[in-house]
Amino acid sequence: MTRPSWDVPIEQLLRELTPLVLGTVVRRFRDFAAAEDAVQEASLAAAQDWPRQGLPENPRAWLTQVAFRRMADHFRSESARRRRESEVALEAAYAPDSTAIETAPQEDDTLVLLFMCCHPALTPASAIALTLRAVGGLTTAEIARAFLVPEATMAQRISRAKQSIKNSGIPFQLPTSEERAQRLRAVLHVLYLIFNEGYTSSVGPELRRSDLTQEALRLTRIVHNLQPNDTEAAGLLALMLLTDARRRARASAAGELIPLAQQDRALWDRQQIAEGVALLSATLPKGSVGPYQLQAAIAAVHDEASRAEDTDWPQILALYDLLGRMSDNPVVRLNHAIAAAMVHGAAKGLELLDTLKLDDRLADHHRMDAVRAHLLERAGDRAGAVRHYRAAAGKTGSLPERNYLLTQAARLSSELGPMSEQE
Amino acid sequence: MKFILMMGMKAGKESMSKGIMSWPKQDIQAHIGFMMAFNKQLKEAGELVSAEGLAWPDQAKLVRAGEDGIPITDGVFPESKEFLIGYWIIDVESPERAYQVAARASSAPGPGGAPLNMPIEVRQVMSGPPEELQ
Repeated sequence: MTRPSWDVPIEQLLRELTPLVLGTVVRRFRDFAAAEDAVQEASLAAAQDWPRQGLPENPRAWLTQVAFRRMADHFRSESARRRRESEVALEAAYAPDSTAIETAPQEDDTLVLLFMCCHPALTPASAIALTLRAVGGLTTAEIARAFLVPEATMAQRISRAKQSIKNSGIPFQLPTSEERAQRLRAVLHVLYLIFNEGYTSSVGPELRRSDLTQEALRLTRIVHNLQPNDTEAAGLLALMLLTDARRRARASAAGELIPLAQQDRALWDRQQIAEGVALLSATLPKGSVGPYQLQAAIAAVHDEASRAEDTDWPQILALYDLLGRMSDNPVVRLNHAIAAAMVHGAAKGLELLDTLKLDDRLADHHRMDAVRAHLLERAGDRAGAVRHYRAAAGKTGSLPERNYLLTQAARLSSELGPMSEQE
Repeated sequence: MKFILMMGMKAGKESMSKGIMSWPKQDIQAHIGFMMAFNKQLKEAGELVSAEGLAWPDQAKLVRAGEDGIPITDGVFPESKEFLIGYWIIDVESPERAYQVAARASSAPGPGGAPLNMPIEVRQVMSGPPEELQ
């Protein structure tokens, strides 16, 4: 990992230093929950002191020392209660050896922390909150704001997550090599969820939440740098870059959703697309192709078309074929049906939808109706399309999507005229 | 996923007098104690977004904009009308968990400490847009 430079904003510096300092403190005291609190407190103290007093000469040592002191306070209050800890141990903790801090393992600590915070024993919501705080260096207040819940609720979620880690006895060390690949999948999944949370909610007035997208990108970049040979970590980073590149085009100024085909492609971030494509091109030949790489490849095909009608749909269909064989995800099947319709005509897509109706996870899903409406419109059945756009609008849990679907239904039904409304 | 859990009450003096106002002291205290503990549990579970109780239906006004937007208030409601008297907004992993929480609220103790099993309406709070529309 690169040394944090002195001219980056304090907030960013703190986020970069958090996992490194936390790693040192956990190694020293072997108490993850208390160490995590101590580092958060040290970080809050730094956010207050540094802007006024200037950056300390060695910010990392400063943070570590404050965190060590907090740990000493913590153990002192514990020992006052239990009369067990020896004063000598406390004094040692008080005066950390600064050379030990400098030479302590760094890179691995970030990875070990990620494995810990994304442990499968935690619920996704807990893993997300803990990862953002312990590895991302966000404050509880920032995480609470990002998820639109009160700070006290988020604080409880984090402390319960730490309790679960304590109870399951997860050690602070890298998983065994047998476990490693599987545990890395869990880490990538949590980062993917953080990205999605940011990406799917950063339309309209809640722009602040796109911070989550940037944080997910930053953390995934760290994982990719630490595990450069893991093709799925590279694939996930590419997927995030290629998806996030479209963020400015996916909604109007008023916050209305704009589907891919109608987006103003001049607003797409070309530099980010180039980075994602280059990363993916370097990764795919390595041969171990997984779902993130395939999704990234699909995103790349969309991003590389300068007009919607230039999209290489046969290529996308082939990629969805592969993806469908790899994961039994109902949304993948729906997207596969859309791609098939774009290549072989709407009738083919509708035929595929009929087979998907048998899947319980999709039978009553709003996306089923939304896709059917879209394909019926392409097939020229406007009345049927209106019916299914409305059905989808009635079922979706997303307000911007409901607005979009209702608008589609209204547009088509005004084209139909009042007579055909009756059917 | 966020859900709102809504607790209702019928309007009208008669139905209200059958309600909490006519309960013995210890039953009222048990009910209040249950609700306070319930909110605390939700907070500790990291699931509570907000919880509010509302003034009783006899304080409610129906408001419409009249000429020039001047408010016209109306305070007389049919006896049969159901009113919202309190709600919780929770952030949970699944609809099933929301139903579980609602069932717990429904079982709040009433007269003699017996569970009220009152109906709780559960509705999803709309969220942001989906990943991508194609």
